Amino acid sequence: MALANEKAPSLTQRINRRLRYYSPTIAVALGVIVLWEVIVLLFDIQQFLLPKPSAIFSEFMLQVNLWLAPDEGSLLFEASGATFWEAFGGFVIGCGGGILMALITARWTIISEATMPFAIAANSVPIIAFAPIMNNWFGITNPASKMAIVAIIVFFPTMINTVRGLTLVDAGQLELMQSYAATPARIMFSLRIPNALPFIFSALRLASALSLIGAVVAEFFGGPRATLGVYITQEAGAFDFAKAWTAIMMASIIGIAFYLAVLLAERRLMPWHASLRVAG
Amino acid sequence: MTAEQGVAIAAQGINKIFNPGADEELIALQDINLNVESGEFISLIGPSGCGKSTLMRLVGDLLQPTSGDLLVNGKSPRAARLDRDYGMVFQAATLYDWRSVTKNVQLPLEVMGYAKDERQKRTREMLEMVELGAFAEHYPWQLSGGMQQRVSIARALAFDPSILLMDEPFGALDEFTRERMNLELLRIWEQTGKTVIFVTHSISEAIFLSNRVVVMSPRPGRITKIVSNDLPYPRDFTTRSDPAYHKMLSEVRELLRDAIGSGSQPHEE
Repeated sequence: MALANEKAPSLTQRINRRLRYYSPTIAVALGVIVLWEVIVLLFDIQQFLLPKPSAIFSEFMLQVNLWLAPDEGSLLFEASGATFWEAFGGFVIGCGGGILMALITARWTIISEATMPFAIAANSVPIIAFAPIMNNWFGITNPASKMAIVAIIVFFPTMINTVRGLTLVDAGQLELMQSYAATPARIMFSLRIPNALPFIFSALRLASALSLIGAVVAEFFGGPRATLGVYITQEAGAFDFAKAWTAIMMASIIGIAFYLAVLLAERRLMPWHASLRVAG
Repeated sequence: MTAEQGVAIAAQGINKIFNPGADEELIALQDINLNVESGEFISLIGPSGCGKSTLMRLVGDLLQPTSGDLLVNGKSPRAARLDRDYGMVFQAATLYDWRSVTKNVQLPLEVMGYAKDERQKRTREMLEMVELGAFAEHYPWQLSGGMQQRVSIARALAFDPSILLMDEPFGALDEFTRERMNLELLRIWEQTGKTVIFVTHSISEAIFLSNRVVVMSPRPGRITKIVSNDLPYPRDFTTRSDPAYHKMLSEVRELLRDAIGSGSQPHEE
């Protein structure tokens, strides 16, 4: 109601509002870390079962220093970069393919009716089980083997969601277009695609998390030394748990960053969307 | 009286049967005869299942009659639709969420290939007419239900169609807003001279607005009576205290009571 004459908040006001909004979350995160440290100290838990957060952090800082040093290199950061590219490449190929396939099936309903049951069935198959086969197809050290797994994992949910968004169009909005004697192409671009955007973005958010999980788990089945999945299995196997945990931490950071990037793109592209109204 | 020369809609012996031959066969409309003159304001009223929306959709070529002759501006409804003779307003405002108020009003103009200058000019005029000039850059979710419906009306009129088809456009609004919207619609109608087909559940709304009220009854959907309304225009809040208005109110209520009584099955639609 009061929107018309509401003044835009200043930058400091916005930062303050954000801080207040997120402060409980930050407090919980800090609390968990402190509690973890205290429990490990109190119950004298063995380093190889659960390392202290402080130990993980100092290992992490060591890797940061190695990474920043001019002549040295950090295997952790190298592995993070490699895994990121696998996940990102698979995400782009899989989601791009899924959206493209959805556009094609929405254009020709016959194709959609023929392929959708398969897509829905394929969506409930544990694609990760194909990882060893992809290793054989593309070569175990070839990033393409991991990208392929990620692409297949994200392809089906993206395609299914996009098809839903393109077809679940409000009947009145569609009749309106008919009353304008609009062409099918016009209906596609002015109604179906904008209508599908929220569906596509919810698929992309899901895919951003899935792609990192897919890449790391696929690496568990073997891959080059400098990838997070291999790094984790090797360091855990060597009982260097602090190192393994830094890799888990990096995977989490990349996953969260990926998710946030998709979220940011969503806000940029769909400033009207209902789910964004609350956060304002 | 406001009617100009020419017949806008001529319906003769229209029948509409859904699922003909099947178990769930439904005679939605039976032997509908109705002539609407250009510039006339006609209301269709009746209980659920009487086919009033179906009749409106036949006129608008969103449905096709099973049999009978239907001409709109002397053409088939399909030809009239392709000529963009219809502006449509539904019960839901059906605004596109991703478009601002301005962009929503521009939608039909974009589809129909109007030049940018013309689009902007017309959109400004339409928003002035529905008194939403100040909200041009707002998004639909920032507007109240009544404002959304006003945008929907502006959108329907933007490309200057000769016939306005309105399917319970104010059905979702509260009584107070509805009465204000009625006044506003009459003002727009008098200003533009459009032919209006107005589907409604509200007796008072039908009488307040129209030249003629088409009273319909269900199972099968048919016209019970067409009530002429000679209350003078412009109408305003004093119209509602006119004895003639109240007389007509009870007449239409009586007709509707008979219509509902004649419906054989207890469950509707």
